[in-house]
Amino acid sequence: MSTITAAESASAPAATARKRKPMKGSRSSTTTALLMLLPAAVLLITFLLIPIGLTFGLAFTNARLISPRPAEFVGVDNFTRLFDDETFWASLRNTIIFAVVIVPLQSACALGLALLVNVKMRGVNFFRTVYFLPVVTSMVVVSMLWLFLYQPNGLINQALARFGIQGPDWLGDPHTALLAIILMSAWQAMGFHMVIWLSGLQTIPGDLYEAADLDGADTWQKFRYVTWPGLRATRTFILITITISAFALFTQVNIMTQGGPLDSTSTLVLMAVRTGFQQQQTGYASAISLAFFVLVLAVTLVNRYFTRDKDVVR
Amino acid sequence: MSATAASETLAHVAETAAPEHHRSGERSHRARAGLGMLLRIILCLVFGLPLLFMLVSSFKPDLQIFDDLGSIKAFLPTGDISTANYSGVFGRVPFAQFMMNSVVITVVTVVFGILVNSMAAFALARIGFKGAGIVLGIILATLIVPFETLALPLLWWSNQLPFLGPDGFSQGWLDTYQVQIIPFIANAFSIFLFYQYFDSIPKELDEAAKVDGAGWFRIYRSIIMPLSGPAVATVAILTFLPMWNQYLWPLMAVQSEELRPVMVGIDYFKQLNTSWGQIMAYATMITAPVLILFIAFQRSFINSIASSGVKG
Repeated sequence: MSTITAAESASAPAATARKRKPMKGSRSSTTTALLMLLPAAVLLITFLLIPIGLTFGLAFTNARLISPRPAEFVGVDNFTRLFDDETFWASLRNTIIFAVVIVPLQSACALGLALLVNVKMRGVNFFRTVYFLPVVTSMVVVSMLWLFLYQPNGLINQALARFGIQGPDWLGDPHTALLAIILMSAWQAMGFHMVIWLSGLQTIPGDLYEAADLDGADTWQKFRYVTWPGLRATRTFILITITISAFALFTQVNIMTQGGPLDSTSTLVLMAVRTGFQQQQTGYASAISLAFFVLVLAVTLVNRYFTRDKDVVR
Repeated sequence: MSATAASETLAHVAETAAPEHHRSGERSHRARAGLGMLLRIILCLVFGLPLLFMLVSSFKPDLQIFDDLGSIKAFLPTGDISTANYSGVFGRVPFAQFMMNSVVITVVTVVFGILVNSMAAFALARIGFKGAGIVLGIILATLIVPFETLALPLLWWSNQLPFLGPDGFSQGWLDTYQVQIIPFIANAFSIFLFYQYFDSIPKELDEAAKVDGAGWFRIYRSIIMPLSGPAVATVAILTFLPMWNQYLWPLMAVQSEELRPVMVGIDYFKQLNTSWGQIMAYATMITAPVLILFIAFQRSFINSIASSGVKG
């Protein structure tokens, strides 16, 4: 019986754990279970839980990456330095702008793609495959490729010139550099979220659409009253995953602009790598990581709050 | 309800009274289908052309790449086509070494990842023990922590860790193979995926096997794992992709050229005189293995991405 109470006190898996009943010889069962869990537990503790703790701990020290001297406690020094650092505010601003623009852009376009390929039609699989190709191409390759496409006389500007548009120096101009990186990132990841939207779309029962047809609903009404409500869980998931991965922006920026011009594309992770790796100031980098962590946590909590709110309304 | 009924009646009236209206509706339906098709094709170009450009340019000399930019020739294998860029890549970087490193790191992580995470999930989903729910809760809670927040503290931590290797005891993991592998074997999301799958397999199977005298490990190895093909494929693909594409971590944790994976190798081409043809050749070569696997196992790839969306 004790298994049941323990399972009930934990929220997520309670429903599934409750069904289980203790088996015969449960002491040796527990031993086997713990043994099988052991490798994963040791690794997760060493490489996930301890580093999470270290992010908090090291942020208050002057730890250096490679140093003969042990780290010393320095109080909130790293944070006072951080809040006086203009690059930090620029990085924070860029990271937030990146997320705020790319989340609606990418999720809406990906939903559009999913709707376009969610039809029974010959050859539709070909389109799905092509839209998905950038996803299996690594961000490193995509960044290198677009670095070339974005050159002042590169492919994109030459194509624009055909329509009589004088394209900007995409990555060299502080006004367009972040936008250029946003567009490229959306291009790369859109296929990924298309697939997730698609799996959401396919969970909506077909008879709902048949019923809507009988009621004489037009395409927009079917989308508004059948598709959209049916995608609620998918929506939450996509919103959270795009936001968190947007905050982690690093590869594109490191390859394409190194944060420039004039810090216009600097991000929190890029700044953490600069200070913690190139300048070896682990303590300061941990303070930046902590700021990043707080941002992620805040977004997750806000998201939870809003999705819960809707549950009550419904 | 009455509104619906009214609109139904209206539709009926319209159908009987004015058949030509109905036909125009048909025509607009066909126009819309045509528009959708046009959109699909344009999007195909948007997503496909840059990659085609990369492939085609990898066979062209630098000067010609620039010359072709203004026309459709940018996407066609025309002019002076050769594999000079490819041999150039091999002359410039130890490509075979980079490739081997990436393959070893990825394969070892995928294999051990499947083993370690499935065992943990088996213990949680099928054997169960006091506190299993709490352990699963902690694992799920860590899912929101992106690796990037931990990267810098983990870098420092890796430098403090001892390691018992074939050459005896050593201090610090930086600049080794294991620093690129071991931290990524256990994965909360993989455990979750296995847990979900194992949990959906009828528990009666365990009981029956027990009657036949099988122990838990036997049940794991001979019953549950063979039944879990889709979950194994999903975890394999979701481990393989990020491992192959890893950039941030090896950039910091590995300094020796002979230990570097392919993604970090691209930095060599940005230094000194940039040859775009060679960059495109290198990019094509490091993308090809993933692309080939994707085309071969397309359904599994799509399914695994789709099933990663079921959490939430």
